[in-house]
Amino acid sequence: MYKLTLLYKIIFKIILASSLSFLISCTNNNTEVIDYNSKNLINAMSAEPSNLIAMIAGDAASSAISSKIFNSLIKYDKDLNYAPDIAESWKISKDQKTITFKLKKGLMWADNRPITSKDVMFTWTLMTNPKTRTPYASDYLLVKKASAPDNFTFEVTYEDNYAPALDTWASLNILPEHILKDEDINNTYFSRAPVGSNYYKLGDWISGQQITLKANKNSILGDAKIPELTTRIIPDTSSQFLELTANNIDLMNINPIQYKRVFPSKPKLQKKINLYKELGNGYTYLGFNLKRAPFDDIKVRQAINFAIDKNEIIKGVLLGLGEPISSPYKPGTRWNSPDISPYPFSTKKALKLLTEAGYELNKDGQLSKDGKPLKFEIVTNQNKQREMTAVLIQRRLKEIGIDVKIRVIEWASFVNRFIKTGDFDAVVLGWSLSLDPDQYNIWHSSQQKPGQFNFLGYENKQVDRLLEQGRRELDLNIREKIYHNFSKILLEDSPIIYLYAGYGLTAINKRIGGIQKPPPAAGIYHNSHDWYIRKLNSRNEMAAH
Amino acid sequence: MIKYLINRLLWMIPMLVGISLISFFIMHLAPGDVTSNEESFNPKASEESRQKLRELYNLDKPVIIQYGLWLKRIIQLDFGSSFASHQRPVLWQKTDKSGNIIKGLIQESLPITLMINIIGILVIFTSAIILGTLSAIKQDTWADRSITIFVFVGFAIPGFWLALLLMYWTGVINQWLPISGLHSLGYENLSSFAQFIDLLKHLILPVTVSSLSGLAGISLYVRNGMLDTLHQDFITTARSKGVSEKKVIFVHALKNAILPLITIIGLSIPGLIGGSVIAESIFAIPGMGKLFYDSVLMRDFPVIMGVLTIGSFLTLIGTLIADLGYAWADPRIRKGLVK
Amino acid sequence: MSKIIKNPLALCGLIIIFIILILALFASVIAPYDPNYININSILLGPSAHHIMGTDGLGRDVFSRMLFGAQISLLVGFVAVGISTAIGIILGSVAGFYRGWVDSIIMRFVDIMLSIPTFFLILAVIAFLTPSIWNIMIVIGLTSWMGVTRLVRAEFLSLRRREYILAAETMGASDFNIITKHLLPNSITPIIVSSVLGIASAVLVESGLSFLGLGVQAPTASWGNILTDGKEYIQFAWWLSLFPGLAILITVLGYNLLGEGLRDLLDPKNK
Repeated sequence: MYKLTLLYKIIFKIILASSLSFLISCTNNNTEVIDYNSKNLINAMSAEPSNLIAMIAGDAASSAISSKIFNSLIKYDKDLNYAPDIAESWKISKDQKTITFKLKKGLMWADNRPITSKDVMFTWTLMTNPKTRTPYASDYLLVKKASAPDNFTFEVTYEDNYAPALDTWASLNILPEHILKDEDINNTYFSRAPVGSNYYKLGDWISGQQITLKANKNSILGDAKIPELTTRIIPDTSSQFLELTANNIDLMNINPIQYKRVFPSKPKLQKKINLYKELGNGYTYLGFNLKRAPFDDIKVRQAINFAIDKNEIIKGVLLGLGEPISSPYKPGTRWNSPDISPYPFSTKKALKLLTEAGYELNKDGQLSKDGKPLKFEIVTNQNKQREMTAVLIQRRLKEIGIDVKIRVIEWASFVNRFIKTGDFDAVVLGWSLSLDPDQYNIWHSSQQKPGQFNFLGYENKQVDRLLEQGRRELDLNIREKIYHNFSKILLEDSPIIYLYAGYGLTAINKRIGGIQKPPPAAGIYHNSHDWYIRKLNSRNEMAAH
Repeated sequence: MIKYLINRLLWMIPMLVGISLISFFIMHLAPGDVTSNEESFNPKASEESRQKLRELYNLDKPVIIQYGLWLKRIIQLDFGSSFASHQRPVLWQKTDKSGNIIKGLIQESLPITLMINIIGILVIFTSAIILGTLSAIKQDTWADRSITIFVFVGFAIPGFWLALLLMYWTGVINQWLPISGLHSLGYENLSSFAQFIDLLKHLILPVTVSSLSGLAGISLYVRNGMLDTLHQDFITTARSKGVSEKKVIFVHALKNAILPLITIIGLSIPGLIGGSVIAESIFAIPGMGKLFYDSVLMRDFPVIMGVLTIGSFLTLIGTLIADLGYAWADPRIRKGLVK
Repeated sequence: MSKIIKNPLALCGLIIIFIILILALFASVIAPYDPNYININSILLGPSAHHIMGTDGLGRDVFSRMLFGAQISLLVGFVAVGISTAIGIILGSVAGFYRGWVDSIIMRFVDIMLSIPTFFLILAVIAFLTPSIWNIMIVIGLTSWMGVTRLVRAEFLSLRRREYILAAETMGASDFNIITKHLLPNSITPIIVSSVLGIASAVLVESGLSFLGLGVQAPTASWGNILTDGKEYIQFAWWLSLFPGLAILITVLGYNLLGEGLRDLLDPKNK
């Protein structure tokens, strides 16, 4: 027995020693062990896609990949106008209730089968089938009748004019009928081995580690210049940044501190990485529970709006990398009204309104009415930016005598215990919005049931009417006026305080060319198929200079 | 010996039932359910569709019935499918009608965690013996003192901090070792030997982090064990009989000191498995620990229950193997003289 | 007590513990800044005369946060160990005193709990309840009583047969009296050692949980959650990683040294 133990021990020691010596001899100053195929672009993602069928999986990781594999009937061009994708043209009927799409001829799936209106019909039927486990059906259920009169025509008729319709058709990834017709969409292997029509097709997917997309010869929009895209799954953003520094990835999203503090302090990084910033499609806000005092008083809400210094928040939280807004719409788009602007920072105006509302300073320096001090609690989720925002708000409000407490909760608990139950005073949250201006789900008075998005309890008959009108008006100019009007009323009512619209910040290795700076309205990725890898420079060579 | 084995195996059954009860009980402490993760707070997802999801996953039946249904299935080794990754089976692969194989989550991640832990145990075993013996032989010299200091520090150092320090050192200062993932890009293009080396390179940091405290503790144990043994009578006898010092230490003393080591290592297995969470999350190793952490954040019930159960099962097996190893190694038990 | 001073390990440990305790108790007096004061002009500054340990991602002074973090770590350590020791004493006494099937059930329960990887268990429970300092203390307490139970039980089993116990029984003393007045006081040694080492372990677990975001919640400072910031800015703000990690290391070391030292001292074998 002792001989065996001794033997084992000796074997272990040999293995350990030899491994270590080989490792040490193999290491050099560069973690790039293999000179991989420098024809590809490598980016990083924090989470792994769960399912590449977009209608089933809503998570950002899945749609980042599936959007490169599939097409829709139409898409957005660089100026955010509708442009052909699978459809070459579309017509809206005189009564505005029917849209007729004419498909391009000669398109093929990646497996060489033709793309026809049968596929579109199939996709819509799937989306509206109650058995399909999708959260996105509601828009498509508004279609009263859908038909494919010939192989290259697809027609939908709505019960009522539905203005966001085109946006919904720009988001629906068309799926191949010939592959999926006998499959159970909820459980099909297709979700891990999709066949699409866009620039790329799935190469290989090593679970938990990386996904590689290869150029699709049958791409309906022509060839992408970069033949391979690899996405590495690195959950930790700081690890991603280290990998960017070590030349193991080409592209990643960064945060304001990395953009403004870390990056400038590292000259080596600046030599090989370019930074890009562009306005995102969402905003962060302070929302009030409109069913609770004191937020049922418009003067209190407006006063708080004046009392908060939004520029201070942008400077402190985003290091200046954001913009103040006065409507739910992205600055630079037609829906953003040029006639309104954010509440300026003015404690004087705030105090005046509060006095009008019946509040005055008591002996403890707190504002109170009828003996009750003005105080409330802000709840937000675990997110450094939101936390900091809440604290800055707390400080400003303290200056005028309002006592604010802050509670930071983990996301799932937050949604279930506070949002869904309506049991909160105020929240710091964000919306990430689609490109269509319709805001029905968030602001219409009929959307206040638990689990729906008007959880603040906003009710304004004028706004209700405008939202209903906006949904039905297909004329863009009239629609624009409707939503400008809507924004104006919303700003006045102040059910929320717009805090900021942050910039999306991206770091990309200089070896990738073709990125438009400054980015157009549709963002830097709109022409990602035209990006190219600068000749003869692999990642390693760039770093040497 | 056989009797001992059977006895132990039988005891495992009520243990497993107890473990499943505890795991299940924990799941239902949660105020949230699966439909409340971030993506569902999307203006496009309606309440009816979420209710549909809830029904499809049995979340609206009474708790007792849910437990019964679940228990029935896990006995058949069916842990269901993940909520978050819709179709991936939790435990083992399933084949759909077209013959496509969809691999199970635990099936893919467990081998990685096992690999790290087994390498960790090997490293601990060998290094602890070397360090502990060295320390005991050269008691009270600077070698002993420095090893003791190393041991105490290793014991007290928080694993995640060590991971950060290593990440900094290898990621920022030198760039010798990869800091995330299991394979480099282009892994498929390497020769088998290069693949092996690549894998080892990626494993150095996680293995170091997960085994350092175990190493420290066990080195101390070996040292104390050796010291005790070296002062016993039979050693003095051996020395007086003229047995060479080397043989005295490595054969006689070590043999005796190692026996309890096997049990100690067996006892540290749950710690290793649990500790894999941190090492794997920080170094982006797609093992079971990271799977567990991700599924906890997403409230992915089937996966959480699956990993807890499998993790406990592994611990039971590990302790069993350790006990069996001990029973076999100790001739008294092997020959049925002592239970 | 004098023996402790003679043993270098234990003495070292005691000194470390004492220093940290003082720092924690007088945190509000010693701290130069309010630990929660967010200053947008001092984000991520390195150590300097103004901020001896630098500032974090929200501009807060790290040294002040470290002091209050000490309070948290020690609080969690003491309460968690208090809970686990209490449970352990109760279960261990019952098992060791009554033996028989009661003992069997309790020991099986101990075995089951020991088979579930503790960190997994704690993570799962914490994530399902809302993470908060109280939940952490309770959960750590509820998952670390197994060792104490075994120790107490072992002591009881060995002491049970001693003469003075039999004498007490004959005199008609109640079970409760025997346990509390005779058996427990003589089992105190392993309990103390186990408690001291348990505090070290609880501090490690709490900081690990806080690091993962499932422990002490913002804005309360904990050594673990300062390290979370440290990870995010690891290549830029080394001070955020160095100081809290060192603090945890030293504290745990202190308790380990004291525990091991006490064990050496009080263990009759080591004479």
